[in-house]
Amino acid sequence: MAVRIQEQDFDISRELAALRAGDKRVGAVASFVGVVRDLNDAAQVSTLTLEHYPGMTEKALTRIVDDARRRWDIYDALVIHRIGALQPSDQIVLVAVTSAHRGESFAACQFIMDYLKTRAPFWKKERTPEGERWVEARASDEDAAARW
Amino acid sequence: MVRIVYLARLRDAFGKSTEQLELPSDIGTVAALLAWLRTRGGVWAQELASGRAVRVAVNHDLAQATTLIGSDDEVALFPPVTGG
Repeated sequence: MAVRIQEQDFDISRELAALRAGDKRVGAVASFVGVVRDLNDAAQVSTLTLEHYPGMTEKALTRIVDDARRRWDIYDALVIHRIGALQPSDQIVLVAVTSAHRGESFAACQFIMDYLKTRAPFWKKERTPEGERWVEARASDEDAAARW
Repeated sequence: MVRIVYLARLRDAFGKSTEQLELPSDIGTVAALLAWLRTRGGVWAQELASGRAVRVAVNHDLAQATTLIGSDDEVALFPPVTGG
């Protein structure tokens, strides 16, 4: 199980290969990649800057993954979240989970992502033609986390 | 001394990222701290008004209004998170 906060990009195929390397029990790998969109709330976004709360971020993500391990029979999980300045089409986040069968890893992956969106201390600031603005939280993200 | 950390929009609004405070003896919970900070008026009263969504973490754990604050704790104030 690993949680990483980093500025640099990540290589999905390398990360997925490393996650299941040497574990012959694995029959399923589910993953989610979040990507920067060029349009948010009707404004063109040129740069998205991500900041976090060092110390709490790692603790919160580790707790979310531990929670997923208690709920589903999964073998391993990986969360990578980027910080710093990102451009449209850049990768922001990777969540990957391994299990024997797809049901557990699909569900755990979605759960980790839903909880990350509402409990992990990251904030986005957008640069648009009108200037910089902090991204507002969405009620739909709270609803997504509440269903678990 | 309690260390207060302001993040994201709140850091911008308050113009500072941290401060060390000696809390009065009757300020022992998250709710009491927020009420006390609000008495500074101006942007403090605006940003921390009861209708505004402010999240609080005590020693890196998400806290509730009733969560206790002790000396040497780190208390962070921030808007709802928007990662992912």
